[in-house]
Amino acid sequence: MALQTKYAELLQAANTLGVAGLAVAEKDNTLHISGTAKSTADYDNLWALYNKIDPNMASGDLMMNIDVKAEAGARLKVTTDSTNLNIRSQPSTEASVVGKAAHNEIVTLVEKTDDSWWKIRTTNGEEGYAYAQYLSPE
Amino acid sequence: MKMLQLLTGVVLATTLFVSGCKPKDSDIKANIETALKADPMMTSTMVDVNDGVATINGECKDDACKAMCEKTVAGVKGVKSVVNNCKVAAPVAAPAAAPASVTTMLDDATKQKVMDGLKDIKGVTVEFEGEKAVLSGEVTKVDRMKIMQMMASAKVQTDVSKLMDKK
Repeated sequence: MALQTKYAELLQAANTLGVAGLAVAEKDNTLHISGTAKSTADYDNLWALYNKIDPNMASGDLMMNIDVKAEAGARLKVTTDSTNLNIRSQPSTEASVVGKAAHNEIVTLVEKTDDSWWKIRTTNGEEGYAYAQYLSPE
Repeated sequence: MKMLQLLTGVVLATTLFVSGCKPKDSDIKANIETALKADPMMTSTMVDVNDGVATINGECKDDACKAMCEKTVAGVKGVKSVVNNCKVAAPVAAPAAAPASVTTMLDDATKQKVMDGLKDIKGVTVEFEGEKAVLSGEVTKVDRMKIMQMMASAKVQTDVSKLMDKK
């Protein structure tokens, strides 16, 4: 329970923000948290809180597997640093690039293929898989 | 002989009279309580009997329990009718399942996801040791946040003790 005490403020915030399906478990000196945040802002807040409680997230004692609520058809913003986001034929960087989405461009979610790869469609009609880390539900 | 006949008659009349008398409410109540106690699900129910009408109060686990309780009470001798005021307890929310990351294994597909995610982040290398990804190199604070989020999405335990801040 020690880790739940350490991250009490974070767990409290997750509850307050109404993270759906919030699940918490402690195993082998790691606290596992999963659930779905209502918005990208909530998601960012939770991560900022993690970074505050455990400076630089250096302890490696928290697995915060939180995603952001996004249904098929949701608008997603491309959040690369400045470069284009590759859209690929398959959910892998080994797969061929079938299109590109610009930094800050808005694309449409087709399906959440898995935690790491989402199928998206651009306004130009290009469709394929992009790395979910660079896509933020609007 | 006459005396004996008279006595027999008195005994018979008394027997008839007693058995014909309706059971007392308090006896019915005691019998109901005995019947209900036999079922551990119905221990939080209470019963009152008035002129053979049994009123059930208290709490039942669910609708089936409530119906069963009523049936049990109605079956007790002397009960004419049953008023079932039993409340069905609010369902207890099932506790959420443990986070999936608790049991995730570091398989090849997951390793590939990590490699894919780190591909565009400069200055970081990854090695897989057991069930952990060990990161090393120098990264900016912004990239560190991205890396941690990406590793959490892939449900991979990460050792960042060798991951330094870019000066």
